[in-house]
Amino acid sequence: MSDASAQPEVHHLAPPTGFIRKHVFSLDHKVIGLQYYGLALAAVFIGMVLSWLFRIHLGWATAAIPGLQLFSPNGAPGGLITPEYYLSLLTMHGTIMVFFVLTNAPFAGFGNYFLPIQIGAEDMAFPRFNMMSFWTTFAAFLVMMAAFFVHDGPPISGWTAYATLSSIGKDAGPGEAMGQNLWAVSIALFCIGQLLGSLNFIATTLDLRTKGMTLSRMPISTWAWFITACIGLLAFADLLPACILLILDRTAGTSFFNPAGMVVSDNLQPHSGGSPLLWQHLFWFFGHPEVYIAIIPAFGIVAHILPTFMRKPLLGGMRVLIGCLIAAGFLSYMVWGHHMFVSGMNPYSAILFSVPTLIITIPFTVSTLIFLGSIYGANLRFTSASLFSLGFISVFISGGISGFFLAQPSLDTYLHATYFVVAHFHFVMAVAAIFGIFAGTYFWMPKMIGRMMNEGLGKLHFWLTFIGVYCIFMPMHYLGLAGNVRRYSAFTDNYLIPLIPVHKFITIAALLTGAAQFIFFYNLIHTRWWGVQAPDNPWDATTLEWSTTSPPPFDNFGGRHLVVRQDPYEYSVEGAATDFIMQTATDTIAKH
Amino acid sequence: MGKVFCVALVIITLVSVYPIFAHTWWPPPTISTTGPNVDHQMDETLIGTGVLFISSQLILAGFVWAYSGAKKKIKFWPGGATPVVAFGIIIVGIEILSLTFVGSKAWAAMYMAPPDEHALHIDAQAEQFAFFFRYPGPDGVFGPIHPDKISDGNGNYFGLDPEHDVAARDDIVVGSLAIPVNTPILLTLHSKDMIHNFYVPELRLQQDMVPGLDIPMHFTATTIGKYEIVCTQLCGLGHYSMRAFMEVMSQPDYDTWLKQQSGD
Repeated sequence: MSDASAQPEVHHLAPPTGFIRKHVFSLDHKVIGLQYYGLALAAVFIGMVLSWLFRIHLGWATAAIPGLQLFSPNGAPGGLITPEYYLSLLTMHGTIMVFFVLTNAPFAGFGNYFLPIQIGAEDMAFPRFNMMSFWTTFAAFLVMMAAFFVHDGPPISGWTAYATLSSIGKDAGPGEAMGQNLWAVSIALFCIGQLLGSLNFIATTLDLRTKGMTLSRMPISTWAWFITACIGLLAFADLLPACILLILDRTAGTSFFNPAGMVVSDNLQPHSGGSPLLWQHLFWFFGHPEVYIAIIPAFGIVAHILPTFMRKPLLGGMRVLIGCLIAAGFLSYMVWGHHMFVSGMNPYSAILFSVPTLIITIPFTVSTLIFLGSIYGANLRFTSASLFSLGFISVFISGGISGFFLAQPSLDTYLHATYFVVAHFHFVMAVAAIFGIFAGTYFWMPKMIGRMMNEGLGKLHFWLTFIGVYCIFMPMHYLGLAGNVRRYSAFTDNYLIPLIPVHKFITIAALLTGAAQFIFFYNLIHTRWWGVQAPDNPWDATTLEWSTTSPPPFDNFGGRHLVVRQDPYEYSVEGAATDFIMQTATDTIAKH
Repeated sequence: MGKVFCVALVIITLVSVYPIFAHTWWPPPTISTTGPNVDHQMDETLIGTGVLFISSQLILAGFVWAYSGAKKKIKFWPGGATPVVAFGIIIVGIEILSLTFVGSKAWAAMYMAPPDEHALHIDAQAEQFAFFFRYPGPDGVFGPIHPDKISDGNGNYFGLDPEHDVAARDDIVVGSLAIPVNTPILLTLHSKDMIHNFYVPELRLQQDMVPGLDIPMHFTATTIGKYEIVCTQLCGLGHYSMRAFMEVMSQPDYDTWLKQQSGD
């Protein structure tokens, strides 16, 4: 490596010495990145178990789950899930997965760890904000978990918490007393954490790039985190006040979301002047960009990993893909109304929201074509990371395709709130982002913990997961086509009863695919303590994170200030000594 | 490994699309005048997206097979990114334009066109976890709704006050929707507590019922029969059980039914 062009300097913060400063209230972006990742792991485990419980209930509505009554005597007497507890499980599954997994892991987790390293910085711009961001998020998680232990259980209003179910209070049903309060407080805290994090990501990217790290030389993953931070800054700044208004409606007698004349359980509600649609507008103004907050980092991670295992840069360099991500991020703020086609808003606005929603498929189609065109002529190397990256492309196509249906109000009028929607957002947002997280984990874990993950187990994990997610989510499209409504705790309608066998199949697939994730958990834990020592650059990759030790020292580069002289993905360059050129290499070689 | 990936992806793709081709799970036949437009739009979208889905998955599978492992010389897509970007924009652009033009007409016929001026006007009220329907009675006028009078306990689901409101005296309130076949219907949807939804898959229509809003919805049913009305908007613990029936009757049967209701 020929990058030690500057004098060694001391990190502007001294390395911590005590256990608390080093591992708990750490200011080091790498520790904070791992903390976010660890929190996401805990959250995904809980979210997965919740989905198992309600999937069992959907397949076998009268089956008792032994021991569940110990956890929730009211929600599951005798181990039998009540309709309200089914809704609680569903609400908590969605909330935990969207906020604490899909936002935390690919953006806050990997982003915190690798964004400063990829631009040659020694830390984030505001390390204390960074620590505060994580611990606020952690507090949000604890508040959310507390909802399991309050008297009437977690809220039942779904992760979208539509008013008026969420805004009236205990009259609305079980879980709508303290459980829903905790939900709103938790999400408000989460927003604060994300706002601090987004500010930090933006400031770091703009201000702390090392010499030679121009914007056009930034790796695509850093670009993706930067774009995501810009989206997040607007999105969470919208959800935070929405949650505050919800808390006020619930506790202070205001009427932001509650109209006059509501009668709940024969009680005339003391509200006037509010609109339930206001919550939907505020929520989806955040909610649609949130989809991109989950998926754009995953896109960046996959686009960062694929060149390494194709041994060639992306088609069109990075510019086309970056342009697509920026376009998608921009458009994501113009499409929130497509969640509300049948909400009762003016039907003319449906057309207005439908067109940009359909247009958003253009940047994503172009990105997919860029991925496919990049694979053309590659020397693909198959690792767990590259398999999950290729799998990402496939599941993203599958999820994106169904978007064409739901973007059209004339089809949404049939498919709205059916399992078709569940299939769509799970493929495009959840599964695709999770594949990005898995790819990132297998790719970067050697750098993060200094040990190589077991590739055999990783590949087994990929195959079981890849086939598993198709078995779970593809049949949900068919259920949606047959008009199967979502969020039903039992299927008692005549036309839904024949669909129960499909639900049983999905449940079995979900249990097996979930079980396969224990291979991943085992691999991660085994690697942490017993894995083979990782070299500095195990994948022959080019970007700055591979120019330092595994794991990196406290100040990331051991006092060196790197100078960047190359584009990020210089693979298979003719005339070069190796088939990859590090970003810090001084060689001047003809470009493609 | 590339070959395994390719074969697995081809199998996944073919198995995924088979039930669509075979119509294994499919929407029930439509019974409304506007439903065929929706079905036509669905078919168009299925064909367009089906081609995109199958071709892109198969190209991915084929490329992974062809370019796996071997230490061949790296090749680049002939022509670079520009034709790929242009191709993507043109293909999807055409798809979007055609879907929007045709689809907007289907949407407009259901939601933007005014109801027939002779449409039969029926009121619908949703509550946790039931639907109620109100017919104006012989005077053709609905009595006003008084929220403070709404009570499940005494069966006053619409909050009527027949003592003071003359128009309310002959209003007919029932728990299922009866309508004459081939007659334009204008429903006004209300909710007294949560957001509910009026969804009849056979009508290809879905509309939220929102507290504080009176939302009109119109349709014409073309086939006699009994159909389920289900709630699709999460409204509380009994959401799954919230349903009613819509009975489409011949005009004479409807007239008899209405007479029986007024007689009660």
